[in-house]
Amino acid sequence: MTAAYRFIGKVMPRKDALDIVSGTSRYVSDIKLPDMLHCKVLRSPHPHARIVRVDKSGAEALEGVAAVLTWQDVPDWKGGTPRHTRVLDEKVRFVGDAVALVAATTEQIAEEALDLIKVEYELMPAVFEMEDALRPGAPQIYDEYPGNVVTPGMPFFGPKNLKDVVMGDVESGFAQADVVTEGTFGYENMPNPLPPEPPGVIALWEEPNKLTLWVSNQASYMDTVTLFHVMERQVEVRSIGGPCGGSFGSKFMSWQMQCHAALLSRATGKPVKFIFTKEEHLAAFVLRPSSRMNARVGMKKDGTITAVAGRWLIDTGYYSMTTQSQVAVGCGEVQIMVRCPNWDLRPVIVCTNRNASGIVRGFGGQELKCILIPLLSLAMEKLDIDPFLFLKKNFVKPGDGYFWRDGIWYTYRGVDYGPAMDKGAALFGWEEKWKGWLKPSSTAGAKKRGVGVGVHGNADIGEDASEAYVRIHPSGKAVLFSCVTEHGTGQRTNFAKMVAEVLQIPLDNVSVAPSDSLTNPYEFGPAGSRGTYAIGSAVIRAAEDARKKLFEVLVPRLGGDVEDLDTMDGLVFSKSSPEKKVPWKAIGPDRTVTGYGRFEPDYTLTNCMMTFLEVEVDTETGQVTLLRVVNATDAGCVIDPQGLRGQLNGCLGSAGIDSALFEETVLDRTTGHILTGNMIDYKWRVFPDLPEIENVVLETPFPSHRFGAVGVGEVATSPGPSAILMAVSNAIGTRLYEYPVTPDRVLRALGKGGAR
Amino acid sequence: MAKNRRERPHKAGAKTASITLTVNGRIYGLEVGGAPGAVDPAHTLAFTLRETLGLTGTKVSCDNGACGCCTVLMDDKAVLSCMTLTVECDGKRVTTIEGLRDAETGRLDPLQQAFIDETAFQCGFCTPGIIMSAKALLNENPRPSQEEVKEALAGNFCRCISHYQVIDAVMAASTVKEEVAK
Repeated sequence: MTAAYRFIGKVMPRKDALDIVSGTSRYVSDIKLPDMLHCKVLRSPHPHARIVRVDKSGAEALEGVAAVLTWQDVPDWKGGTPRHTRVLDEKVRFVGDAVALVAATTEQIAEEALDLIKVEYELMPAVFEMEDALRPGAPQIYDEYPGNVVTPGMPFFGPKNLKDVVMGDVESGFAQADVVTEGTFGYENMPNPLPPEPPGVIALWEEPNKLTLWVSNQASYMDTVTLFHVMERQVEVRSIGGPCGGSFGSKFMSWQMQCHAALLSRATGKPVKFIFTKEEHLAAFVLRPSSRMNARVGMKKDGTITAVAGRWLIDTGYYSMTTQSQVAVGCGEVQIMVRCPNWDLRPVIVCTNRNASGIVRGFGGQELKCILIPLLSLAMEKLDIDPFLFLKKNFVKPGDGYFWRDGIWYTYRGVDYGPAMDKGAALFGWEEKWKGWLKPSSTAGAKKRGVGVGVHGNADIGEDASEAYVRIHPSGKAVLFSCVTEHGTGQRTNFAKMVAEVLQIPLDNVSVAPSDSLTNPYEFGPAGSRGTYAIGSAVIRAAEDARKKLFEVLVPRLGGDVEDLDTMDGLVFSKSSPEKKVPWKAIGPDRTVTGYGRFEPDYTLTNCMMTFLEVEVDTETGQVTLLRVVNATDAGCVIDPQGLRGQLNGCLGSAGIDSALFEETVLDRTTGHILTGNMIDYKWRVFPDLPEIENVVLETPFPSHRFGAVGVGEVATSPGPSAILMAVSNAIGTRLYEYPVTPDRVLRALGKGGAR
Repeated sequence: MAKNRRERPHKAGAKTASITLTVNGRIYGLEVGGAPGAVDPAHTLAFTLRETLGLTGTKVSCDNGACGCCTVLMDDKAVLSCMTLTVECDGKRVTTIEGLRDAETGRLDPLQQAFIDETAFQCGFCTPGIIMSAKALLNENPRPSQEEVKEALAGNFCRCISHYQVIDAVMAASTVKEEVAK
């Protein structure tokens, strides 16, 4: 397919490659502004308390301290969905909640000032378990959330926004089933996506109501939207994005720290820099939501699902900004994975006194798959159904449909993923390795191997709107204006490739404007896997529009019709009489030509990732080793082979497969303190422990845009964790019900562990 | 708790009021003390490089010796600059990511070029530390095996999972070296 292209599908250096390998990439922590102050936050040591009194005089008296702010000093800015979470409040709701903000001339002084602030707390009972929080009489975390149940629904998704999956008649569905199984599984280890770069911001307030932010995130334009509402619709926000040292969803929003820095800048008149420590990153920035479900599944012998009924509990921690969105998208995604006419899947989002959950790669779908695939496995086991065949049969096919996040039914019009799945299975050797449920694929003494498979697909590839400009210069160059930050996927270069391909100019002649919300049009940002199709479509249209306008300017010089013109390497020529040609500079030195492109949301396409993996379990120590991973997908058309390889290999980290093996945020459920607030106690994969990874990528053209591509990066993490649970259960011959599969859990399942 | 941080007593009778540090071939004389631009005894090498000398190519991630992002070379060996106090670096020779290019020609180190060719990064934040760890390995062992590369990089965190491409890049750079030597 890609042979026809000059740039698409070709291995080319990323535009930021030289900066990255020479240390000249300017991440937000590398920026210094004149007179800049540094922010530190005093955080609550208690999980639930009222602030009775704060004495900040000692801190204010410290030389170098410019401002100390508490809840009494700040406006009533609120975030959350709905907006109930104050930027600083009289009440603290988790260990790490912000109590006071300090700005000082150095970080060291700001840190010292924290120790001089005296706070008197009135302690309140706290709650850390979803079931406890739902009990009558449980401590109330917000007056606005009776019973600690977060208001369902995400208004941004429209009046019918998806809150559950309820359709058909589950009781008649169960009556038609050959087996009905019931069980409870939990994915509650709260893995942290943990990008290496901690969250950070620099804020500059200018009276009366202008705020400029230098940010590290995926979607700088969206800061202006989020903060506009948080700041009582009275502040004009400009957000300037730069290189982002990893996000995996988590930095899509950083409204709290952005508000903290903004308030200090407003109080001092100076720019204020706020970079989280790694401890704050691990214990006071967003985690993956916890997820648990008890459900009944009805299934026929041929793998047809007749009914699913269950209660999906989601722990969002002390507040929710996006958890309702994750629930909506997760509910849409299960319908992509499972064809079933009868559903009664009811989510309940619960508030507890721990750090908040937020956006993490996999966005609701991974959380739900991690518990739903094991629930389906119980029925598959009874019927002796091969999970690969089951997942392949049930994944959405052209002509099938689903309710998406807006509550509207969409019919899938993309490609059949069956061939990609088959190719993955063949490469992995699934048929030879699959020996049946709870049976190891091979055994060598105490070491037993097992295999597992998982799948995930997301219609977010066409989610939300995008806009872009492409400006053509007489010099033969073009500039792309798209408010996209580079957070690791290489998409800024890929969009430049698309412009180069449309305009047929060397990639070096296309630059991408800084992701500044002031100069760029609307952009939701490269969230989920929407970059390639959604953002790409806006970019392509902008380039095509610029090309057309260029021809309109030059057609009087060349004669004939605009339709007869083409361009190559900065020359415009007539297709019918190629000797008629003029360079771009013929538009005149005093002119540029700007094209505009927009993408309207389209939920009729979805991506897909199937992951096969094999583990080895040492049944004496309980140690699980991941040996091999095969990912299989169809990307329509590969834009950037190296970048795609990186994204698919990313299945391990950023709260992906490793969240089933050893990653977990350990919360002390008596004190509310996170015990893994550093990178020694929080476990992560090291170079010597890499498994073998192979990626199967088909290129069946999609009805997306002119290159026929769809995005697939985000979903790499999502099918793996449930496949780990399946593989380990098969290896040891007994089911595991929780993540991660630590040695103690494995030994307990084998009846070898001590009492606990 | 000292009310004014500048009143904090420094090591009594410390005879070195300044230190000399060679960074990327340039010699810096740095005063020790609490004055602006001076090296406070609490400053880490990472802090001095980034905040005092403006060499922000060295990244700080965990600031606790766990992730390897801040790795620099000290007398050609890889060290964690977030766990090294600057006052203990008197007379040392430090190389940061900014110093890897050929000082005369500006040409990239073959290792840097290999990282570009293999796209051995995604977000790029851990890349300077990984390149410096790999450089220390190649200094000692110009023809490492894959296993030796993995072992040498065991202390470097990469969350995007660029590990596989990093290994390819280091292996490619070690081959280049051999070809150049021929």
